Parts: sequence; C-alpha cells; structure tokens
Amino acid sequence: MTEKQTIIDAMKRNAKDNGYYVCPDQQLFSDLIDGLAKNTARYGYGSCPCRVASGAKKYDVDIICPCEYRDADVNEHGMCYCGLFVNEKIKNNPSQMGPIPERRPQEVIDIVLTAAEKKPSASEEASNQPKPRKKTGAIRVWRCTVCGYLCAREIPPPLCPICKAKAERFEPFIIS
Amino acid sequence: MKCETVPGKKTTHHVKIYTLSTCGWCKKTKELLKGLDVAYEYVDVDTLTGNDYAEASEEVKKYNPYRTYPTIVIDHGKHVILGFKDKEIKEKLG
Repeated sequence: MTEKQTIIDAMKRNAKDNGYYVCPDQQLFSDLIDGLAKNTARYGYGSCPCRVASGAKKYDVDIICPCEYRDADVNEHGMCYCGLFVNEKIKNNPSQMGPIPERRPQEVIDIVLTAAEKKPSASEEASNQPKPRKKTGAIRVWRCTVCGYLCAREIPPPLCPICKAKAERFEPFIIS
Repeated sequence: MKCETVPGKKTTHHVKIYTLSTCGWCKKTKELLKGLDVAYEYVDVDTLTGNDYAEASEEVKKYNPYRTYPTIVIDHGKHVILGFKDKEIKEKLG
C-alpha cells in the first residue's frame, strides 16, 4: 500500500469513528492528503497541510492532524480548518466549504513561528520557553449513557467513538 | 527572498500571494488566478529556510497577524484578502 493510501485509510477511519466525514471535494481531499504526506516526510509527523509548522514537534503537537481544534471547528463551522473533516451538512453541500477563522491562538502562533524563524541555531534556546496556555473553552467531562465512555471537551462528540451512540445520548459527568 | 512569477494578461493590479506548498486552498487560489488570467507572484513560505523564511513570515504578519495562508496582497497592501474567498478575488481581480 502506498503511503498516500495509508493516510487516506487512517483519515477515513478516524472520520467514521468520530461521526465526521472526509472532505467531499475530491480534488481538495487529494491535495490535503498529499500535503499531509509531504509534512510527514519532512517533519516526521503529519502536521496540518494548511498551517505553517515550526518543524519542532513540541511546538506543533496541537496542529498534528487531526488537530486539537477540529472538534470545535466542525461544531461551529461544519468543517475543520483545512477541510479534511466535515459534518454531514457540509458533506452534502460541498459548495459551502470555504475559509474559516484560525482557532489556534495568535500568541501560540507567534511563539511557535518566532522559534521557527530562529532555527536551527537558536532552537535550543527557544525550546526552553514554555508554550503559552491555549484558550480552552468551557471544557467539561461528558459521559456516554450507553457505554460509559468519558471524554473532556466543550460539547459531546457527534458519535461515541466506542459504541457509536449519538451526541444526544451524552450527559455531563459530575462527580458527586 | 525569491518569488515565483506567473504571467497573465491582466496586469492592472500588483498581486502577490503568500502560500504553502502543502495547502489545498492555496492551490485553489493559484488556479483561480491563473484561470482569471491575472499576473501574480507567489512564495511558498513553508519551503523557505533561514533568513528567507523570517523575512517572508514578517511580511505576512504585517498584513495578517495570524499568518494564515493564502494571504493575497493586492497593490502592495492597498487590499488584502485572507483565505480562498473566491467571490472577493473575482470581484477585485477578475
């Protein structure tokens, strides 16, 4: 199997497991996968094809596909930042795909890309800087009432990755 | 910093786009401009290293603090379009 096919299969499986769909625009899908393959080859990890990576994994972990911002973006815009993952509505209306705002905080981008500008000589020095805290929304713990799966995120997942129950079967999990 | 130049019949505006070689939306932008026959220059920022990268990154930041791609700079900053906004691109340059 080619590396591209391996990535395609992994992303399709990931979409299905999480209640999403892959990019309905076939050409865009193919281009995004090529981008992921290129990033995997040059950095050793598949960072988002539509974002600049620093090349240092510790700075790029939040944008390794599927990125940390995917769930919130698909929830709000129907698609993730690059469009590799979409919800059912966008899957059925690919023409509604377009640019969405960058959710990755600007202060994170600034620190990461400033480190990248200094590479390779000062990367050691930069590596001592702490990564700023990301703005996380109201993260709660959600419990799947069908199988007991727990997850911490702003909203319940569209589909339980374990038992495939829908979002409506989740409830906030409160330790009493 | 070396820019690639793409010829086109429409040269009314100076068009420079900052792109990523891996980004599908950047590719769409290049294809749209080519389809509109607009002359433009582009720089794939992710392929740059060292000073070239720093210079390009600073330029993008000037127009777009989030440094997202594609960043389309028309007439040296008189108008800036962030992202593949095809309608806006066609309106301005088509």
